[in-house]
Amino acid sequence: MTLSVHLQHHFPGLNLDMAFEAPQGVTALFGRSGSGKTTLAHAIAGLFHPDQARITLSGRLLTDTKAHLNLPPHQRRLGLVFQDGRLFPHLTVAQNLTYGQRFAQGSAPRPGLDAIARLLDITPLLARRPAGLSGGERQRVAIGRALLSGPQMLILDEPLSALDQARKHDILPYLERLRDESHLPMLYISHALDEVARLANTLILVDQGQIRAAGPLETLLADPDLAPALGLRQAGAVVTARITAHHADGLTEALLPGAGPILLPRLAAPIGASVRLRIAAQDVILSRDRPEGLSALNILPTTVTRLRRGDGPGGMVQLQLGESLILCRLTARSAAALTLEPGMPCFAILKSLSVSA
Amino acid sequence: MPDWLSPEEGRALALSLRVSLWAVLASLPLGIFVAYALARWDFRGKQLLNGLVHLPLILPPVVTGYLLLLTFGKRGAVGQFLDQWFGITFAFHWTGAALAAAVMAFPLMVRAIRLAVEAVDPRLEQAAGTLGAPPLQVFATVTLPLILPGILAGAILAFAKAMGEFGATITFVSNIPGQTQTLPSAIYTFLQVPGGEPQALRLVLIAIAVAMTALLLSEWASRAVARRIAGR
Repeated sequence: MTLSVHLQHHFPGLNLDMAFEAPQGVTALFGRSGSGKTTLAHAIAGLFHPDQARITLSGRLLTDTKAHLNLPPHQRRLGLVFQDGRLFPHLTVAQNLTYGQRFAQGSAPRPGLDAIARLLDITPLLARRPAGLSGGERQRVAIGRALLSGPQMLILDEPLSALDQARKHDILPYLERLRDESHLPMLYISHALDEVARLANTLILVDQGQIRAAGPLETLLADPDLAPALGLRQAGAVVTARITAHHADGLTEALLPGAGPILLPRLAAPIGASVRLRIAAQDVILSRDRPEGLSALNILPTTVTRLRRGDGPGGMVQLQLGESLILCRLTARSAAALTLEPGMPCFAILKSLSVSA
Repeated sequence: MPDWLSPEEGRALALSLRVSLWAVLASLPLGIFVAYALARWDFRGKQLLNGLVHLPLILPPVVTGYLLLLTFGKRGAVGQFLDQWFGITFAFHWTGAALAAAVMAFPLMVRAIRLAVEAVDPRLEQAAGTLGAPPLQVFATVTLPLILPGILAGAILAFAKAMGEFGATITFVSNIPGQTQTLPSAIYTFLQVPGGEPQALRLVLIAIAVAMTALLLSEWASRAVARRIAGR
């Protein structure tokens, strides 16, 4: 199941020109507000008619302006979750959820209302009306409604942007469950790097209507050249580790493939589970020799792979950590003092508390 | 009929109710369609249609009645056609009174429904489309339930207007007791004869009662529907 998009559209002040493929899994379209992400989502769903476009979903032609073909939204079988939920106010939660079921064609087995309600934890809400729901509950219902319409792909257009930070963290685990359990390809549109880092397999970086970069999430997040575009403060790599122990002092130990153990604050996941860890570039300290008498618990042997000098006083260093790549943000002065250069071994120092899942 | 109403008065009241009910029911589907088209679609001649709908509101009722007579009368192009092919007669018949009432009430009905359509968030209709609903289903399952209070309000307003319609009716179908003599026509007739004032006054009271009932009914109905929609 692959979504393939070629799109061109001229807005006053913004030229959209994008071409990309979204493979199986979660593809994140990441970019600032106003970079054309929502327009893109609406064009894929058939709610917006671009000047020129060719959009296919696993070979099925959805839009081809050259052939004057533009399937109406109801024939596209794409589940779109809007920023603002858009639940039907005159229907109960259960009626909202099942709304799309009666229009779904095909004999492919579809998840039932009960399963989806359980997955999203909305069973107690079924008899209620949207007006009485909180923002987070509403978005969960909107996600369930899109899932139950039997789509071939789920498009989530900034589904968490209208929620406060706490509600966001309530919903993210449901989206992770959805990714791991439903095997439905998803296009996740967002301007929040933390959401993208948790959910996506593939990252597409959008900037002013153009695609800056596209590829596997781990590779792109560990690319020092892209860090400025992602936001220097937020820049940081994502690595996959396997949980090996939960210690009595509240720390969890995980194994980084090829690099050894890493300690981090207690995670809820069971031993043996594979987790994504985010290592922010500005939380990493570099040392040429293994330091002694340091409070930081994680001292990891790495090799410098790339250096990038920034415009200001700072720079980015890419490090090989076992099988993964991570980033370290440091000043040009430090880089010079350490005489860093590609191929040089050094130690990455990381406080346990700055590693997050 | 209760004994405090003379047969003549009773006939006028019954006829008015029948005429108004038919006027509203028969024009409602068209009213909803026109209101939706004016609210949601962009098409050539939209302003023309809008003007045409509102014309009866601004023309003197006598003019509207005369135009109806010219078109739907026995010699009118449409009237002749309908009479010959479908056996439908409007001229000097209660159906003509219903037609006149419908035409006069149409702008009020369309305005109320149009406001309701404009208040529906089109993004909800978009959402229904992405869930697989074809346009007609979107209208039936999303738009229609949401504009129901507006439809009710429009229908009841139109009903009240139809009950009170006088000028176009009397011009188009005259004032024939039992056939085209509606409540306002009857009041007018009683006022023309010496000693008819008590009868006229009774009909006036009935007219007030009917109008008030309609008004209260519409208030209650639209509030109930609005409550259901808001989900409280």
